[in-house]
Amino acid sequence: MRRVYLDSNATTPIRPEVVTAMMPVLTEHFGNPSSIHWFGQHAKSMIDDARQHVARLINAESSEIVFTSGGTEADNFAIRGMAESQKAKGRHIITSKIEHHAVMHTCQDLEKQGYEVTWLPVSRDGAVDPDSVRRALRPGTILITIMHANNEIGTVQPIEEIGRIAEEADVYFHSDGVQSTGKIPIDVRRLKVDLYSMSSHKIHGPKGIGALFIKKGTILKPLLTGGGHERNRRSGTENVAGIVGFGHAAKMARESMATDMARVGELRDLLEAALKSRIEFIHVNGENAPRLPNTTNIMVDYAEGEGLVISLDLKGVAVSTGSACSSGSMEPSHVLTAIGKTPDEAHGSLRLSLSALTTREDVEYVIEVLPGIVERLRDLSPYYKKV
Amino acid sequence: MAYSEKLLDYFQNPRCVGEIPGADAVAEVSNPICGDVMKLWVKIDGRHIRDAKFKAQGCSAAIATSSYATEMLVGMEIDRARLITKEEIADALGGLPASKIHCSVLASDAIKQVLREF
Repeated sequence: MRRVYLDSNATTPIRPEVVTAMMPVLTEHFGNPSSIHWFGQHAKSMIDDARQHVARLINAESSEIVFTSGGTEADNFAIRGMAESQKAKGRHIITSKIEHHAVMHTCQDLEKQGYEVTWLPVSRDGAVDPDSVRRALRPGTILITIMHANNEIGTVQPIEEIGRIAEEADVYFHSDGVQSTGKIPIDVRRLKVDLYSMSSHKIHGPKGIGALFIKKGTILKPLLTGGGHERNRRSGTENVAGIVGFGHAAKMARESMATDMARVGELRDLLEAALKSRIEFIHVNGENAPRLPNTTNIMVDYAEGEGLVISLDLKGVAVSTGSACSSGSMEPSHVLTAIGKTPDEAHGSLRLSLSALTTREDVEYVIEVLPGIVERLRDLSPYYKKV
Repeated sequence: MAYSEKLLDYFQNPRCVGEIPGADAVAEVSNPICGDVMKLWVKIDGRHIRDAKFKAQGCSAAIATSSYATEMLVGMEIDRARLITKEEIADALGGLPASKIHCSVLASDAIKQVLREF
């Protein structure tokens, strides 16, 4: 069966070149980077190279990159670390209602510990209004954490404007860049972020590795204490193979982002236009806001998302949904709820996310099979009447 | 996949889909949590269910369990049909993942409701 993978916001296939770069680390270059002998120092130099590649991808300096076990740890480190470091100054944090669970649940946990969190609403297109950030500021605000691009609907937030507001107010600013890294150009100086989270496996690197950009001079209490690795910011012997893979993936992303993402954006637009013309009663979420070029989130009336996902899977197509039926928690996606969708509307949501490795044939195959699947499910619906 | 072959077959090729014009009873139930909906039509003959058809808007488990339960009804004694439980439906389809057990409630509720006057 033909297999088409359009769930790249969940994870991406690892690039063969990345595997090639990692293999020597998994075989002969096994040294502990903290050791002073050749084995250790060779591993250390490989980490240094990788750190440079990750830093360049976001216009940071190598010394500002701390490797973590992934995006979730980077988010936890940024938010918990800042909450702890700044607690003498205040206990107020500003975030949005559409953050990834790694940020949302971390902020909720801090609320239980006595911190106060302002949850900013978003527009119907899923954008945070920078003015709402300004209005939420108060004495005792210690951190603003707003994601760069949303994982479900792909909307890109006005980080540069929020960064200016944070700078003027002298409040630390963290952005979860897990979905934006490698997909849109990022310059942490221009964005004026103090902390920026990244993940390797969303850009064709290995899982289990990510990084947090920590602007020079920023004091952040470590989550993990131990041998003082990563310049005393994240203890634990380095995941050398993961770091090398992430570095190579970051290098490839930087070199080919412009051409890859222009092509991906065209494919996404083609996909949206074709689905809209072939299937009636569908809507694109976040359509009028700036969006990542690789993501489309559609709502299909008179059909349910989990049924669509399973039907597509049986045809070899991998996508995801924000429907309550697939969440385990039995609640619709908090992102779709935040953009004003009722549970009924969220019921038929479908996220298709492309990557640099997606081909035109992949997209054409989905355009070919999805209309029939929707029609079959609608024919089963007691509400759908053919016009 | 978390679903059995049998469940996927009932999802892909649901039996007893449709409406019954002039049905003796119709019930529509929805799951207030996830939003799934099932509508069930029955034709009654004495103490037996002569025919049953359904329509549903919901996830694969909801559609499969609705179809299987509706198929069970055809020819069944009313008093026996009333005893159909969500577990009976789920077990017959090879079980459901823990987070999807509530899906079979839709069908068992619809059966109880459609038979309430008989």
